[in-house]
Amino acid sequence: MLSRVANSIYWMTRYVERAENYARLMHVNFNVMLDALPGLKQQWEPLVDTTGDREIFLNLYGHFSRDNVIKFMTFDVRNRNSILSCLETARENARSIRENISTELWEHINEFYLFVKGIFQSNQWPFIDLISFFNAVRKNSHMFFGIMEGTLSHSESWHFARTGLFLERSDKTARILDMKYYILLPSVQEVGMSLDLLQWNAILKSASAHEMFYKKYRQLTPLNIADFLILDREFPRAIYYCVRQAREHVGRISGSHTWDRYTNDAEKKIGTLCSELEYRSIQEIFSAGLHEYLDHIQRELNLCDDAIYETFFAAKEY
Amino acid sequence: MDIRKYDTQGFYDEMFTERGEVRPHYQCLYQRLLELSKEELLRRKAAAEKALVSLGITFNTYQHGNREETVLPFDIIPRIVSAKEWGQLERGLRQRIYALNLFVQDIYAEKKILKDGIIEPELIYSSPGYLKPCEGLRPPRGIWIHICGTDLVRHQDGSFYVLEDNLRVPSGVSYVLENREIMKRTFPEVFERLSVRPVSDYPMRLRSLLHYLSGQDNSNVVVLTPGIYNSAYFEHSFLAQQMGVELVVNTDLIVHDGEVKARTTRGLKKVDVIYRRTDDTFLDPLVFRPDSLLGIPGIFEVYRRGKVALANALGTGIADDKVIYAYVPKIIRYYLNEEPIIPNVETYVCVNEKECQYVLDNIEKLVVKSANMAGGYGMLIGPHSSQAECEKFKELIRKNPRNYIAQPVISLSRIPTITEESFEGRHVDLRPFVLYGEDIYVMPGGLTRVALRKGSLVVNSSQGGGSKDTWVPAETYAK
Repeated sequence: MLSRVANSIYWMTRYVERAENYARLMHVNFNVMLDALPGLKQQWEPLVDTTGDREIFLNLYGHFSRDNVIKFMTFDVRNRNSILSCLETARENARSIRENISTELWEHINEFYLFVKGIFQSNQWPFIDLISFFNAVRKNSHMFFGIMEGTLSHSESWHFARTGLFLERSDKTARILDMKYYILLPSVQEVGMSLDLLQWNAILKSASAHEMFYKKYRQLTPLNIADFLILDREFPRAIYYCVRQAREHVGRISGSHTWDRYTNDAEKKIGTLCSELEYRSIQEIFSAGLHEYLDHIQRELNLCDDAIYETFFAAKEY
Repeated sequence: MDIRKYDTQGFYDEMFTERGEVRPHYQCLYQRLLELSKEELLRRKAAAEKALVSLGITFNTYQHGNREETVLPFDIIPRIVSAKEWGQLERGLRQRIYALNLFVQDIYAEKKILKDGIIEPELIYSSPGYLKPCEGLRPPRGIWIHICGTDLVRHQDGSFYVLEDNLRVPSGVSYVLENREIMKRTFPEVFERLSVRPVSDYPMRLRSLLHYLSGQDNSNVVVLTPGIYNSAYFEHSFLAQQMGVELVVNTDLIVHDGEVKARTTRGLKKVDVIYRRTDDTFLDPLVFRPDSLLGIPGIFEVYRRGKVALANALGTGIADDKVIYAYVPKIIRYYLNEEPIIPNVETYVCVNEKECQYVLDNIEKLVVKSANMAGGYGMLIGPHSSQAECEKFKELIRKNPRNYIAQPVISLSRIPTITEESFEGRHVDLRPFVLYGEDIYVMPGGLTRVALRKGSLVVNSSQGGGSKDTWVPAETYAK
């Protein structure tokens, strides 16, 4: 397939997945706020820190109020990662490769974008039920991937779409988990106490991992949660699971079998990261520092993205 | 909203005779319109509009430097052309594309028509549509004009005339196909009873045509678009999708080893046929406009050597120059020894001194058009223009007579159209699409463009025009 088309499909799914994860983050923050002990200061700053867009935010808004953060992360098109921006980019990508995707998928992303844009343009967004709104974003994203599964041939372009989806998701799970690092607790004594657990619980919900977690673990401990979200082999939002999926898809794109040696840089990069996760234990990760490890994972994921670009999308000289 | 209260206001009306009787081929639709309540009609209209937005059938317009995606306004009252009348149009369109193709072939080869003095050579060589690099070119299968969209209008006298030929990259066919899908939902009852002839096979016919050009079944066919900001991008993408071929932009293609190739995730892949929607002179910066950012350097040479087929061929613009248009009846007689089946609108060519004088003397009664502008730009409608505007055009004509033609004002037939509260007459034209491959195919129907602004005669989408579905009932239909 055309390199440009592969590139657009890859980013189309990445951006839809990103929009979904932003909706998750916002949603969970609302939950934490609502569950918070009376008198506790609302925290919107960690949300922005998690996304890595702190600087852009401060330049645009100056201070972290509820409405500022919601607007920045949801509707502000000056933030190219806001939900609206993500959907706009995803739709624009879809539009540029419309002949490669099904009509159903195009119609859905088009309507999805128009829905979010409509809410923003109505100027009613500060007054609507935002929890329902974020739920709707999540559901629309699920529908998008459902339509993709059901109407796109599972050929090369689909493998690119899935690669984009899983790399994006693993990055966002890392960030969601890292959010805990940024949320302040009122005092050192609170660590390990109920508020702390409440926040960990919210992190799980953010990753839609609540039920699946409790099926596997009886105890809600930071170690268990991190183990589940980073190293689980079966949970579809766990980092390891996602990276392994991405490796699988890149392998299919490259036409190599699992027992073959890698054939290009993309395969090499993702394969290496995958192996690292495969043999890592959660104790090792904690003793190195969870935040540091998550940082490392995010950097490696960026390098995977670079390798994919160089291998499949970049215009080469002939 | 009562169709019985509709007033033709003395115009030729597609649905009603001058005595106010319903024309027979509209009877079935008329009955249906009587049965439907105002609410139901407006509901169907709203549903049709919503479908257009969801499908994302938009075109780009630019205002104050901002790109706006606009939906082409659509009116749900279809235009119906009777089977008998269509038969005549179809024959006329075949005749025209066949003759024009012979003309283009002749111009870039033997030039018999110039030698025989039918057209002054100067008219050809001064046309921006004439491309010198195409001299001696012989495109695959000897076909130059593969896809043609001819604009027809119906005058007050009830006859159809050809207003202009679009032989380069005519657009609008995607609206025909999408409008039809929407109309099937809007008036299923009428649609069925009239057994409207289908248009949905157009993409497959276009695809066969493109394969035919390469002479091989497994050829790699692509659609080349100037990009997502082009006003007709939707159509480019739509046609590629419907044909199941790749849509490419210029940077996807590269000339390599004497062939045109596409950059893919697995290296380069040869391209055999390009349905290009980029204008001729933007295609190859090495041969035509060096400033073109939309071209593929070196593609012309590959084309010349027959290693890639282009549809339409380069250089066809010579035959839709508005001055050459005036000569089409002569062209038909010259090559086919036949009378034109669909007449031209009477046309004054300003390069002819006598005709030019007539135009200058009668400008307020005429429509003046620039020879090489499209989309309703660069024209003057005399009766609707101020003294100052007329003077300005007179000056333009005197300065560059080669660039202007004039025609009497064609009133354009009208047809009932839904406005806020009632049915009102709006002016329409008709753009049927013709494919010239192994044989000539005329799509039954075409794009009916409607001037939605009250009283307006300009149907172009860039100037407040909309569209309607066009129905051609099968030969025998239920009354």
